[in-house]
Amino acid sequence: MAKGDPGAPARGRRAAPRSRKATTGDPELVQLLTPEGERIESVTGPDGTEYRVDFTDEEYRGLYRDLVLVRKLDAEATALQRQGELGIWASLLGQEAAQVGSGRALRTQDMAFPTYREHGVLYCRGIDPIMPLGLFRGVDQGGWDPNEFKFNMYTIVIGAQTLHATGYAMGVAMDGKTGTDDGEAVIAYFGDGATSQGDVNEAFVWAGVFNSPLVFFCQNNQYAISEPLERQTRIPLYRRAAGFGFPGIRVDGNDVLATYAVTRHALDTARHGQGPSLIEAYTYRMGAHTTSDDPTRYRIASEVEAWQAKDPIARMKSFLEREKIADAAFFTEVDEQARREAVDLRERVLAMPNPEPDTIFDHVYPNGSPLLDQQREQFSRYLESFEGSVH
Amino acid sequence: MSRIKEFNLPDLGEGLTEGEILAWLVKVGDTIELNQPIVEVETAKAAVEIPAKWAGQVQAIFHPEGSTVEVGTPIIAIDTEPGAGPVEQSTTGAPTTDLPAPSAASLAAVEVAPTEGAVEPGLIGGPAPGGRTAVLVGYGPRTTAAMRRPRKDTAPTAAAPAAPAPAPAAPAAPAQATPGRVVPAPVQPAAAPPVNGNGRSTGAVLAKPPVRKLAKDLGVDLGTLTGSGPSGSITREDVQRAAAAPAAAEPLTVTAADPSAASFGADREQRIPVKGVRRLTAENMSRSAFTAPHVTEFLTVDMTRAMKALDRLRERREWRDVRVSPLLLVAKAVLLAVRRHPMVNSSWAGDEIVVKEYVNLGIAAATARGLIVPNIKDAGRLTLRELADAMTDLVQTAKAGRTSPADMSGGTLTITNVGVFGVDTGTPILPPGESAILAFGAVREQPWVHKGKVKPRLVTTLGLSFDHRIIDGELGSKFLRDVGDFLADPEAALLAWT
Repeated sequence: MAKGDPGAPARGRRAAPRSRKATTGDPELVQLLTPEGERIESVTGPDGTEYRVDFTDEEYRGLYRDLVLVRKLDAEATALQRQGELGIWASLLGQEAAQVGSGRALRTQDMAFPTYREHGVLYCRGIDPIMPLGLFRGVDQGGWDPNEFKFNMYTIVIGAQTLHATGYAMGVAMDGKTGTDDGEAVIAYFGDGATSQGDVNEAFVWAGVFNSPLVFFCQNNQYAISEPLERQTRIPLYRRAAGFGFPGIRVDGNDVLATYAVTRHALDTARHGQGPSLIEAYTYRMGAHTTSDDPTRYRIASEVEAWQAKDPIARMKSFLEREKIADAAFFTEVDEQARREAVDLRERVLAMPNPEPDTIFDHVYPNGSPLLDQQREQFSRYLESFEGSVH
Repeated sequence: MSRIKEFNLPDLGEGLTEGEILAWLVKVGDTIELNQPIVEVETAKAAVEIPAKWAGQVQAIFHPEGSTVEVGTPIIAIDTEPGAGPVEQSTTGAPTTDLPAPSAASLAAVEVAPTEGAVEPGLIGGPAPGGRTAVLVGYGPRTTAAMRRPRKDTAPTAAAPAAPAPAPAAPAAPAQATPGRVVPAPVQPAAAPPVNGNGRSTGAVLAKPPVRKLAKDLGVDLGTLTGSGPSGSITREDVQRAAAAPAAAEPLTVTAADPSAASFGADREQRIPVKGVRRLTAENMSRSAFTAPHVTEFLTVDMTRAMKALDRLRERREWRDVRVSPLLLVAKAVLLAVRRHPMVNSSWAGDEIVVKEYVNLGIAAATARGLIVPNIKDAGRLTLRELADAMTDLVQTAKAGRTSPADMSGGTLTITNVGVFGVDTGTPILPPGESAILAFGAVREQPWVHKGKVKPRLVTTLGLSFDHRIIDGELGSKFLRDVGDFLADPEAALLAWT
């Protein structure tokens, strides 16, 4: 049960050389892949849980492909903003492993509540990556069906989604959908800054008291816009969970394998009705908070360089190369696919139609409302009052 | 247009109106790839690289490094099919220094208001070019509203756009009618006339209430102005331009400069474009110098006692980490003296004098960007410790270039610390809207008659300029005397006054 096992046939499994323990109270990370790309067989957490992954070569390559694609599409979106095609963009650069690792650990029935930066999780949920670009271009509100993809709408308000997730998780429990191997789990994403929000703490209290099937997934990217972590907390964030009465663990958020293992375990705990957990994925936002931000004003270059050395994709690549799981042709092919998808993304963004003004009335109520119909009618009369009107 | 594409400077950060070209990373003739960084642009928020929107060959660059460009203005033209033979209207191969003009069509197509004043410029940061409100965060109101189709029931006037504009590419005559637009220098060096005469005349004067208030404050008669806003309404810019008119004999809006200006030319003269902080300073100083009648008085003070008091303050435990400077005492002296002479903290508003209970204490700071005067809001209510922290914070923010427009607006009284440059005093010019400014000179050891003997003492000279419309010699002298008394013996002044 403690295994973060993808459950796939064990073809081409890798035997890794060593294991180690993460001791209680130690801020040490759960790590299965070092920044140099060395595999660690397994790590035992403070509560005795053994974290390990057992991927096939195909699955390892798949994770690498996800990481590269997610980064490339994100870079394209950033470029599109710089070219005036998006109003703003919140880049995930540096956080690919935290998002892909946790996103791939989700099962089809699990529900995710994102912030506005979870483009990697969105990708793993099978949602067309064009969707968030519509939101940031200002032509729609997001556009995917949260129920179809089990992925809620982006939440801009900091931390608010943790309460939504807590409520949703309550519903899952009340529907009796937990307690089995195929139970449902819920995951709420947020950042280090959000841990200072009242909402997040209320969600912790509620989920803890009601034993909700919920995983709090905190991507600690070290900055709440410009505010560094040391002004957010005096103890490691994962240790806050103890005060709320559920387990907390810190994982190397730049290690896709460890993130996968830790998230899979926490989700399984939740789906079995064993209550919530807090995961602190320790990572770094390599880019700006959003395209409106200039990180050079509040952090130094040497810090960024130090994190560059812990890059999530580079370590996965050196692991694949070292273990001969992938060859140069594979890497070229992935890069080429990423380039193609980025070009495709660009073309589709530029072709996005501007919505008609009266579409703002369309999705307020599922079956409309008399008051709203009246407003729509007034609005269209107003539009018609202009010369050259087509309405 | 289909082959040669012009790239307009986008709004790089939620509601910005302009950006400064820091460096071109490509030059005319270069072959570039999609998303290749082409230019580094600094906005009020960040310095960023802009990636190329199209692959191709750079055909023209419209603005030199160092120029300030309005959002929506074309900055580069890219030939997207460089292999397809020569281009007809051949500017290809033109050297970077010979800045060509963007096509009229693209100027017309930019999503910037064709005329200023479609949106009332916000008070934060004051009016912004392009008619957009300069806001700190979030989305500034766009001026594209100015391109909206006219209402059917509006009686068409000469001022209204002639025809409905179904395509965004045909607003009424936008180009040279826009004051403040950055016009490429070689094309129309004489562009940007103060007021464009597009021959509109209506009976009543059209202006929004805040603009009327501004006109009243600045003593400008709205009836004498020609409005450049929608339907001939008078905008904030029109009023300010009129107020500054006597001083603005030289047009300050020439921005697109010769890129080789960094060095002296054959005529051994250097031309530096007037923009940004320099331009603002010039406008404010000219306006103030020629509207407020200045009087300056001086007072030399022995600060030895005060300097010793500062030393004692520094030794106190709770003041251990606080930056304590003589300027702090000067600030305190000014704030206490204002309490005794409230009229000093006032402004001239034409028919009336506005006396303020609050003191937003400005501290003039020399920064890399030039002179800026951020102020400490309601400084009179702060304890000495809070004042010290606020001053440290203000100076650090200014040095780091992070002072926000809000920090710089609303000042009521200012101190300029010219002593840090090693000079004794000066005759400062009032910031517009303020009626007193104190220059604080260097504190240096000088011979001084102390208790009947000539002794080396720490002496400084204060220079107070005030607006004689409000403050007479008597009041100004008393105020300066009080500031001096405090600096000569802070303990006694505190006991006597508070």
